[in-house]
Amino acid sequence: MFLNQFLLLAAILFCIGVYGVLARKNGVLVLMSIELILNAVNINLVAFGAYWNATDNTNVSGQVFALFVIAVAAAEVGVGLALVLLIYRNRQSIDIDDVDMLKG
Amino acid sequence: MFALLVAQNIAFYIIAALMVVGALRVVTCKNLMHAALWLVLVLAGAAAQYILLASEFVAITQVLVYLGAIIVLFLFGIMLTRAKTGTDEDLDNKKSAKFIGGGIAVLLLGLMGYSLIDGFKDTEFGNLMVQRTAQVSDSIFSTYLLPFEVLSILLLAALIGAIVLARRD
Repeated sequence: MFLNQFLLLAAILFCIGVYGVLARKNGVLVLMSIELILNAVNINLVAFGAYWNATDNTNVSGQVFALFVIAVAAAEVGVGLALVLLIYRNRQSIDIDDVDMLKG
Repeated sequence: MFALLVAQNIAFYIIAALMVVGALRVVTCKNLMHAALWLVLVLAGAAAQYILLASEFVAITQVLVYLGAIIVLFLFGIMLTRAKTGTDEDLDNKKSAKFIGGGIAVLLLGLMGYSLIDGFKDTEFGNLMVQRTAQVSDSIFSTYLLPFEVLSILLLAALIGAIVLARRD
């Protein structure tokens, strides 16, 4: 297997996630697209970790970093959904476009 | 050895195709609930790719944390914001924003694809060996002990923050 297979798959998923963040209006869907992006990064980390591990069998840094990213993603989704819930409670809609009070 | 790698390659391409289709459906689907369920397909595919990369512990954690916890959190979010259960035409930005978003995504993909193909040409994985869970735990609790402790503080802070934000009073 080539290293590039995994890297290109991750790049495709990352770009689909970026499109989702830019094109979606619904808050929950934007968070889902961010999950896609984080997963793409994780695939990269694990692929490089496996590549590195093949030369130095005691090194599992790639996996450890992927685990850290998973934990941070869990925290991010928790706080993000709490924010979305708060926006919904205050204005009965979770359209990101409607949250424009900072605009002059 | 060669036959095994062929099987791995076939598995990789099938799972990769499923993941890309699932991801495209997540960002284009008109039904909020279906988008969450397509996300399950992408996350499960990622877990399968980790197995192909011989990283057992990350694969299991992916299933437990993402498929188990985060998807349930998303479904709760969808229910608590009383989203329409059927198709909803009002999920996307207007046409021009979608075109700009698609343009940026294609541009990024071209850039990353070019640099990856140019940079890693046909670098092969050497001899992929199983990266044991015991090795991962040894690494976390020796080399990465401080980041691990910082991470637990972060999770605690996120927990308290989410409760403070979401409680009504």
